[in-house]
Amino acid sequence: MRDLKKYIDISFKDFSRTYGDGIETFFDPLLYFLVWFEKLLINAPWPLIILVIAILAWIGSRSWLVVAGTICSFLVIGYFGMWKDTMSTLAIISVSTLLCISVGIPIGILMSRSDRLQSMVTPVLDVMQTIPSFVYLIPVVMLLGIGKVPGLIAVCIYAIPPIVRLTNLGIRLVDKEVLEAAESFGASYNQKLFGVQIPLALPNIFAGVNQTIMMALAMVVIASMIGVKGLGVPVLRAVSNQYLALGLLNGLAIVALAIIFDRISQSFGKRLQKHLESAHGV
Amino acid sequence: MVSGCRSTWKVPMASETKVAIKNLYKIFGKDPAGMINHVQNGISKKELLEQYGSVLALNDVNIDIPARNIQVIMGLSGSGKSTLIRHVNRLIEPTSGEIIVDGQNVLGMSKTELREFRRHTASMVFQRFALLPHHTIVDNVSYGLTVQKVPKQEAAERSQQWIDRVGLTGYEKHFPSQLSGGMQQRVGLARALATDAEILLMDEAFSALDPLIRTDMQDVLLGLQEELHKTFSLSLTILMRHCASVKI
Repeated sequence: MRDLKKYIDISFKDFSRTYGDGIETFFDPLLYFLVWFEKLLINAPWPLIILVIAILAWIGSRSWLVVAGTICSFLVIGYFGMWKDTMSTLAIISVSTLLCISVGIPIGILMSRSDRLQSMVTPVLDVMQTIPSFVYLIPVVMLLGIGKVPGLIAVCIYAIPPIVRLTNLGIRLVDKEVLEAAESFGASYNQKLFGVQIPLALPNIFAGVNQTIMMALAMVVIASMIGVKGLGVPVLRAVSNQYLALGLLNGLAIVALAIIFDRISQSFGKRLQKHLESAHGV
Repeated sequence: MVSGCRSTWKVPMASETKVAIKNLYKIFGKDPAGMINHVQNGISKKELLEQYGSVLALNDVNIDIPARNIQVIMGLSGSGKSTLIRHVNRLIEPTSGEIIVDGQNVLGMSKTELREFRRHTASMVFQRFALLPHHTIVDNVSYGLTVQKVPKQEAAERSQQWIDRVGLTGYEKHFPSQLSGGMQQRVGLARALATDAEILLMDEAFSALDPLIRTDMQDVLLGLQEELHKTFSLSLTILMRHCASVKI
């Protein structure tokens, strides 16, 4: 048993020595993008950022209440001196969400095509969601060291399952009769996928995006342990030094971000189903 | 199970055969190809289900459907009417048999040929409408044309004619869920007619409607059939409904 453990440790070490640099180079563009985006958010004047976020909130939710709440929470965050950390968190959340969407949705689509793939991917997703995050931090850190990219990957491992699951589910739930109708008119594979299945699965896909954002935010503190800047760092400091107020404030800032993201993405998802509104006889 | 059914209704002016279905078998279950021998050896539907767990849906169906006419296929619920009609445009693959439309074997078509066949030759109306809920009425009616990549302008004009014809003018920008059942099925009918296909497959198209609307729709359909008869030389309709409601 001990030999087995030793063997795994040594072989992974060898693996990371041999391929670590290569893998790191592979993720370089991602790192550059993340750094660029973070700098952009931090260096831009704060009124501009608030304006942009308020506009995004309006586009997403079409509700003045959400917009006002968004502006207020960002003003309070700025007032309590958490602006820079919030921007860093915003940057990593946005990038990891984008990454999860661009990887997760295609995987979800493929999964919905084949029961075999679904039965193979589902247990992997289960593991990703339930394994304690500290466990996969070890190999990620061994491979890529401490920094933004390993943090990003750790966040993505934790946050990607809902988008994959819900894309798969959404496409599988598309009415078989509607699909048959599309087929009877000679729709090609792509016409069915992009014209019928994905549009009708959008509410579910959006629920997945929403969940992915929430889970990414939940990983912020853990990711800060391996060198991701942001609201997690002060929280971690507060935990180890018993600074109640510091922990609470930064924790609440994370909550504020979460609520804003949630309301915007949820109401956007709902508006995509406008054809369901004012249904006949309802 | 539709079985051993010969064309029962020959049209007086025996016109050319549009759709010919020959020795069509369909068995649902694990090993349909293996079951076919049992069926041809005269095993009953019940025995097949009990002994092998397979369902015999179509048993040696032979029909010659003449062009420019309405062919009705009647049967009790679960007798295989929907299964049979889905064989004509191959939404369901037969276990064995031949389906010949205009002298061409539908079963021998490649995927691309089949798509073209569905786009231009046979269109379909569904029992529960099967409209695209996320598209407006006009987009639903022009769906067949969109699939064919007909230019937008032309598609809109052609579908508008059919929207007017089925009496839904003014509802173009509505969504299907905002319309009543009868109106939705008129959208389904317009969608099928908009592709100018020569064959119109209707799978219990009116059975989800209440009797009054149903009669109304039947009149619309008969009117259309007569009219298209003049306009398109090859207008053929396969009409399917529950026997209780057959009145045409």
